[in-house]
Amino acid sequence: MANKLTISLSPHVHGGDSVKKNMYGVCLALLPALLCSFYFFGLGAIAVTAVSVASCVFFEWVIGKYLLHLGRPTVTDGSAILTGLLLAFNLPANIPLWIVVIGALFAIGVVKMTFGGLGCNLFNPALAGRAFLLISFPVQMTTWPTPGLPFLTIADTAVDGQTGATPLAVMKLIAKGDATMNDLGDSITDMLLGNTGGCIGEVCALALIIGLIYMLAKRIITWHIPVSILLTVFVFAGLMHLANPSTYVAPQYHLLSGGLLLGAIFMATDYVTSPMTAKGQIIYGVAIGLLTVVIRTWGAYPEGMSFAILIMNAFTPLINNYCKPKRFGERPAVVKEGGKK
Amino acid sequence: MKTFKIGGVHPAENKLSAAEPIKVAELPKVAVFPVSQHIGAPAKPVVQKGDKVKVGQVIAEAGGFVSAPIHSSVSGTVLKVDTVIDASGYKKPAIYITVEGDEWEPTIDRSTDLVTLADRPELTPKDIINKVQVAGIVGMGGACFPCHVKLSPPPGSKPEWVIINAVECEPYLTADHRLMLEHADEILVGVTLLMKAVSVNKAFIGIENNKPDAISLMTEKAKAYPGIEVVPLKVKYPQGGEKQLIDAVVGRQVPAPPALPVSVGAILQNVGTAFAIYEAVMKNKPLFERVVTVTGKSLAHPTNFLARMGTPMSQLIDACGGLPADTGKIIGGGPMMGKALLNTEVPICKGSSGVLIMNDKESKRGEVENCIRCGKCVGACPMGLEPYLLSALSERHDWEACEKEDIPSCIECGSCRPLLDLIRMGKSTVMGIIRQRNAK
Ligand code: SF4
Repeated sequence: MANKLTISLSPHVHGGDSVKKNMYGVCLALLPALLCSFYFFGLGAIAVTAVSVASCVFFEWVIGKYLLHLGRPTVTDGSAILTGLLLAFNLPANIPLWIVVIGALFAIGVVKMTFGGLGCNLFNPALAGRAFLLISFPVQMTTWPTPGLPFLTIADTAVDGQTGATPLAVMKLIAKGDATMNDLGDSITDMLLGNTGGCIGEVCALALIIGLIYMLAKRIITWHIPVSILLTVFVFAGLMHLANPSTYVAPQYHLLSGGLLLGAIFMATDYVTSPMTAKGQIIYGVAIGLLTVVIRTWGAYPEGMSFAILIMNAFTPLINNYCKPKRFGERPAVVKEGGKK
Repeated sequence: MKTFKIGGVHPAENKLSAAEPIKVAELPKVAVFPVSQHIGAPAKPVVQKGDKVKVGQVIAEAGGFVSAPIHSSVSGTVLKVDTVIDASGYKKPAIYITVEGDEWEPTIDRSTDLVTLADRPELTPKDIINKVQVAGIVGMGGACFPCHVKLSPPPGSKPEWVIINAVECEPYLTADHRLMLEHADEILVGVTLLMKAVSVNKAFIGIENNKPDAISLMTEKAKAYPGIEVVPLKVKYPQGGEKQLIDAVVGRQVPAPPALPVSVGAILQNVGTAFAIYEAVMKNKPLFERVVTVTGKSLAHPTNFLARMGTPMSQLIDACGGLPADTGKIIGGGPMMGKALLNTEVPICKGSSGVLIMNDKESKRGEVENCIRCGKCVGACPMGLEPYLLSALSERHDWEACEKEDIPSCIECGSCRPLLDLIRMGKSTVMGIIRQRNAK
């Protein structure tokens, strides 16, 4: 008996939290948005998602095993699957599949594995993959199929060119004076439900919000990052709208359009690349919100969310350095107030 | 409801033995007394092989001011002065006594009548502290710091309150809980003695609200003792940490080490210690028995025992239905801060609050995973530290950065779970470096 007792240091109980549990938890939270996108974009979305996930997992495995010789393989922990899902969510449903593979290679190979794999990367792999593709293949990356035509084949979409301008592109035109508010055809309800142009995972606001609620309830993330981003965008865009309603769209369009919700809920909250303390997370969130509206309104690209997050990813180590948690005992001790003996 | 302000976690409570009344454990055949059952200098044996001893007789005297004498818990013959592997896992000098009968020192009052301060008005603070010192009382929550030292605060500091730790925040353990239910009055008199010893007129007893029966009983009884207030606390680990408890009860934060609790006016004692002080001062009974929770999910009958010091743990485990076949780990103390034991022959000591048997599956550790900086450890740390950072810095042996990031403040509570291994290594190294520097 005595020789098979485990001798280890305290604590002897564990909360049961693990990398796996968190990663698959996020994947589960993405499920509603995934199903919505399948419904709206049909086979195209399914194909892009499948290829993206498969290639991310494959690259993670190959690189981890043959290049990095990792002692503990990280391919089963769900992080590659999550990157694959998020990358697909940031792509149009009719994008040629070989581009998806390149995006996955960049995301996993360059952004994640070169830094040492899970937990070591500076930038969010899926977002960096998207940015890379956006710069390399601007046409394919900004041609969106119009949703609402379920089960179009991929070929059909490409040939027929069933594409439409996204609300974001229209917003940009309005800001430049090339379009008016009337061109912003999509009603708020359509945007909520996902009946609008855009990338696979970003169109259905409702499904994304369900994911947020799930992650908050399961304590996978805290409210600090998503709420500070959304609030900042709402306030900042709202002030601009109040100042000049004919040039700047109402804040709810900002909130519901493009990758804002997807970014605020799933991308900016990526553990590895976001700050550790509540204070740091709020600074990070507010900065992302401001940058997004600035890029969307005055930048060259219609979508500012991914760039805003990537920029703030770079600041995360700095924020971590300056936003320390309050140490115990720093609160000045009230020693001996007069009269109270 | 009150609680401490920073961090904290909620491990599963598993208080299996909460409804089990305290049972008097049988006398051992041979009792074993390690001479170092407290923080500070080991006690010096004053008996030799063949000596006859009685229950309550001094067998080892204090090795200095920060030390405590050890009394025999049994009557019989000294078998040998040898070594034993104690709860720390190290071999320590120990006195072995073969038990014969149960003959107590005649000076010990064995009646159960309650003696209050009103019956003994002649007691001075000095008398009380002296009694505590000769009775060998140490902090019974596990830290085992000699009690009389705590009651003699350094000159210049001014105690304002006595705070009694009745939190028992470790999962599984129920010894303090049962003690309060069965000996509320004795504990309260013990608290009045503590108040008198350090000349304060206010005491708080902090109890977590997962023990509502103890809270209502103690609150009811405390009405008869002016100045004692029971403070119900919201359940959160590690509320029993002294700094956390002071913060929870009176809202003051003890500064970083080496500051003592008394620097914010608090004198802390465990509820079991208050009981021991009552017995020592009012009943002339030295510290030689204590309440121990023997528990575990696979154990047939988890029980709270009143056990004599020196009783081997195996005997208590047998009295609970024997060691389960699937035992994987035996822990002295609770699951968060207790120590894994090398074998079941480890004797019950002054600081043994519990024996926890874990089955094979529970006792295995998980795989090491990469840190993904989820930030949960930062939210959990009750000292406001960054465990992920301390662990990474310790792994890199960057002691300077460890010190800068306040690693000495870590109370090793284990709220950051797997990270504590490396942090503990870093902390002890940094403390060593600091000691060396100060010595120069
Ligand atoms: S063990 Fe130390 S670092 Fe970890 S949570 Fe407790 S005080 Fe913080």
